[in-house]
Amino acid sequence: MQTDGSRPLLRVDGLSKRFPVSPVWYRRSNSFVHAVDGVSFEVARGESFGLVGESGCGKTTTGKLLVRLMDPTCGRIVFDDGDEGPVDVSTLKGKPLKRFRRKAQMIFQDPYESMNPRRTVFDTIVEPLKVQRMGSHLDRLDRVLRMLGLVGLTPARTFLFRYPHELSGGQRQRVAIARAMVIEPSFVVADEPISMLDVSVRAGVMRLMEDLAARLEIGYLYITHDLAAARHTCSRIAVMYLGKIVEIGETETVLQSPKHPYTQALLSAVPVPDPTVTRPPVRIRGGVSPSLDPPARCRFYDRCPIADDFCRDNEHPPLQDKSSGQMASCYRV
Amino acid sequence: MSERSGDAEALGGGRSPGPVLAVEGLTMHYSTRAGVVRAVDGVSFSVGKGQALGLVGESGCGKSSLALTLLKLLPENAQILSGRILLDGMDIVPLPEERMREYRWSRIAMVFQAAMNSLNPVYRVGEQIIEALEVHVESAREESLRRVRELYDLVNLDPSLIMRYPHEYSGGMKQRAVIAMALACEPDVVIADEPTTALDVIVQDHILREMKNVRAELGMSMIYVSHDMAVIAEVSDMVGVMYAGRLVELGSTVDVFRDPIHPYTRALTSAFPSVTGEKHELTVLPGEPPNMIDPPSGCRFHPRCPYATDPCRSETPPIVRRGGHWAACWNPTGEGA
Repeated sequence: MQTDGSRPLLRVDGLSKRFPVSPVWYRRSNSFVHAVDGVSFEVARGESFGLVGESGCGKTTTGKLLVRLMDPTCGRIVFDDGDEGPVDVSTLKGKPLKRFRRKAQMIFQDPYESMNPRRTVFDTIVEPLKVQRMGSHLDRLDRVLRMLGLVGLTPARTFLFRYPHELSGGQRQRVAIARAMVIEPSFVVADEPISMLDVSVRAGVMRLMEDLAARLEIGYLYITHDLAAARHTCSRIAVMYLGKIVEIGETETVLQSPKHPYTQALLSAVPVPDPTVTRPPVRIRGGVSPSLDPPARCRFYDRCPIADDFCRDNEHPPLQDKSSGQMASCYRV
Repeated sequence: MSERSGDAEALGGGRSPGPVLAVEGLTMHYSTRAGVVRAVDGVSFSVGKGQALGLVGESGCGKSSLALTLLKLLPENAQILSGRILLDGMDIVPLPEERMREYRWSRIAMVFQAAMNSLNPVYRVGEQIIEALEVHVESAREESLRRVRELYDLVNLDPSLIMRYPHEYSGGMKQRAVIAMALACEPDVVIADEPTTALDVIVQDHILREMKNVRAELGMSMIYVSHDMAVIAEVSDMVGVMYAGRLVELGSTVDVFRDPIHPYTRALTSAFPSVTGEKHELTVLPGEPPNMIDPPSGCRFHPRCPYATDPCRSETPPIVRRGGHWAACWNPTGEGA
């Protein structure tokens, strides 16, 4: 899966997160929501890796685990940006964890909720620099100004002391991007960065993220439910369903010839912006099954149009190479 | 505006003798402390029986305000300044609120975005639909319940859910219930404001297909309001593109998508990435949608338009007609340009 000979920026191995659910708060629970369940993938330096799936499939939880906003239940996250050798992020504590935060940042979905309304644009963007004790006050001002210019909020000086309510959605998301990028991280988790934005503004923010990635050599984990957006930004994608990766590969290959029945259903449900095209019906049954203590068999069994008795009686299928690097977890393809 | 309404009628009412809903020169403003917001400005269109009109535009372009104006569900600071809303030929603008209530829901109904909490969390969903029914149709409780069961059947909801609370419904189920509620009194026109925006693609697909089937079955007219060009392309026969409170392009969906006249329509169609076909470079439209308190002079799109010339800045653009659609533009793009 490695894209070139060098070591990947991030290697995720068997990552899991379970949330305990107890019927009464004082009793120990023996039920678990398997939000992320044995997920493995790699992100190369400067690569945009897409994580797609429906709401509740565990993609946001995966993102939060990777930047350690949550602690994984088990699994390894090996981070290596070439500065100080590989580190296992999943168990970091104290100073090393703080050092890791200088390199890994997150952009959140909703620019209306992810910003403190009482803080100015300058306060918001300068905060990571303060936390990391980077530069003098003047240096920081300089970096914030440069960052504002980079994200296209110009003239930068006029934006410094504005409050979030004085900005439009697109401008807020640019501030959020500036805040994530100001400490020049090597890895950024972008959780649906454009889904709350207006159509005409989206393309601009997408292009901005691409430019910054190229300029600062940032590896992205791009979380989205929008396959079309993923197609535009990501070189490789993984499709998640109920905490599992069910298909992974080069974006174009996966989207042009999807192997897993879930990927096929997901793709055929995307509306086509051409009134002369009639889409065939989507081949999927029912709704998303609950992720509370799922049975061991294939997670997609209940909804799968091609499942048979073998799928019912065996464990969740492992990811297998279906054609030159395109992996899918399905017994029937 | 009169010439524009003539156009709309000629194009929109083509299928049936008289349009079910005709809007002529509708203007609605909100007065706020910061000034007057010109949310809807001289909008004209018509919808024939069984037709579906899609209204697209970005947030703040006035499409939701237009939808609320059609039902006269406006807040106190809003005022309809001019224009007519003809429901089967009768103007509902001058109707007092008591009379309006007879029309609302029974003749013209609305499907709200379910994620925006349009269901009351402390009442059972079935009771809320029965309440909507009983305001308009006098019937025994048994009768109403039977009707709710029919409606659930129509939108593919399990009847066992009728006496459950909204929190026991998933997002898709809530949206179906809200649709069932809108259909309760068999209205002639249903307005759906971003009916699937908060839903996952597979659920969205189910709901859009169901709405299409219901429309065919009951012969209703629909107005879809959405920011998503792809959704509009799939569900509507006609499309109206709104920008800064004005309708800038209107016509048959096929024509508008195949050969957009207005540069804004063109930008919208190419700003959308697509999962099928060639991967195209996305157009980046510079700037942001305008402030509606002080909209730009002339053509409201001129500050962001790549083709803007002098007349665009000062004068209201003329109507350009081509095939089955028209646009208000000084420098039309596409085949005829």
